[in-house]
Amino acid sequence: MDTSAFRRGARDAVPLLLGIVPFGLVAGIAAVNAGFGLATAVGLSVVVFAGASQIAALELLGQDAPLTVVVATAVVINLRYLMYSASIAPYFREFTARWKAALAYVLTDQAYAISVASYRSDRPVDRKWYYLGAAVTLWAVWQVTTVAGALLGTGVPDAWGLEFAIPLVFLAILVPAIEDRASAVAAVVGGALAVLGAGLPLNLGLLVGSAVGITAGVVTESVWGASDGD
Amino acid sequence: MATSYDPVALAAAVAAIGVLTYACRLSFIALFGRLDEIPAGVERLLRFVPAAVLAALVLPSFVTLDAAAFAPDKFVAGALAAGVAWKTEDVFATMATGMGVLWAVRFLF
Repeated sequence: MDTSAFRRGARDAVPLLLGIVPFGLVAGIAAVNAGFGLATAVGLSVVVFAGASQIAALELLGQDAPLTVVVATAVVINLRYLMYSASIAPYFREFTARWKAALAYVLTDQAYAISVASYRSDRPVDRKWYYLGAAVTLWAVWQVTTVAGALLGTGVPDAWGLEFAIPLVFLAILVPAIEDRASAVAAVVGGALAVLGAGLPLNLGLLVGSAVGITAGVVTESVWGASDGD
Repeated sequence: MATSYDPVALAAAVAAIGVLTYACRLSFIALFGRLDEIPAGVERLLRFVPAAVLAALVLPSFVTLDAAAFAPDKFVAGALAAGVAWKTEDVFATMATGMGVLWAVRFLF
């Protein structure tokens, strides 16, 4: 084990914890509000470990939506992991199948973003332990805060709008991902289509926005070229 | 609202979401181990994944075309938080701005 790489990954994840903590609390509170007991709430966080989909599933379960719709919505939200998985896969190529299985379990938006940014920088790093440092820290804090949220239960007034912390977390990760004109086009098109399609069932707005946004980025890059970073 | 589903049904739903989510996470990490290179076309697509997906997750929380559901507090808070995110690229500053403005608009005005 490379403890210095693990520590560096954990340290780089710390600023993101300020976004994870309220997000985890919200997920825990949402579980209690949906009628989950503490064990089921913890089970959801450990088994699924994907906040946005957990909260979406809890909202639908609270409305007694059909279970197929609940599962489909949560999985559609998590389809983005396919793309993160593909993007980070080359960096994990040399690891054993067992390590890959373990690393995949803790793959999140944040662990992906931190790790790929580090791998692409010029600083050499032990890839496995750096990733684990970030991802395991995020996992542990997520579990603790969802339990705390479930215990707090309905104590936090709805008027505080704590769930608004969720898009703010995503926003703080989004902005550094916009690094040139083509990625800006991908973001604008993806975001605009998601707004237009917000009322569509099965979170189709999210999926269509993502797919068309990616396409728009590729088209922009091939028309104007990749380099105009500002 | 509390669900009417029994614990077995809830556990089944959680298990199904968990297995399928894990399959998404593992997919290419397991698959690419047997390939030498990501095809150049795929790599060009992947470069735009974070920007497009995150924007599609974020923007509908700040803006809606449904006039009845439009929330000015969220719109203002989101816009100012976006400005702070752009200037600072700092997660805590972004969160603090967004939540602070939301509460200010909601409770002070």
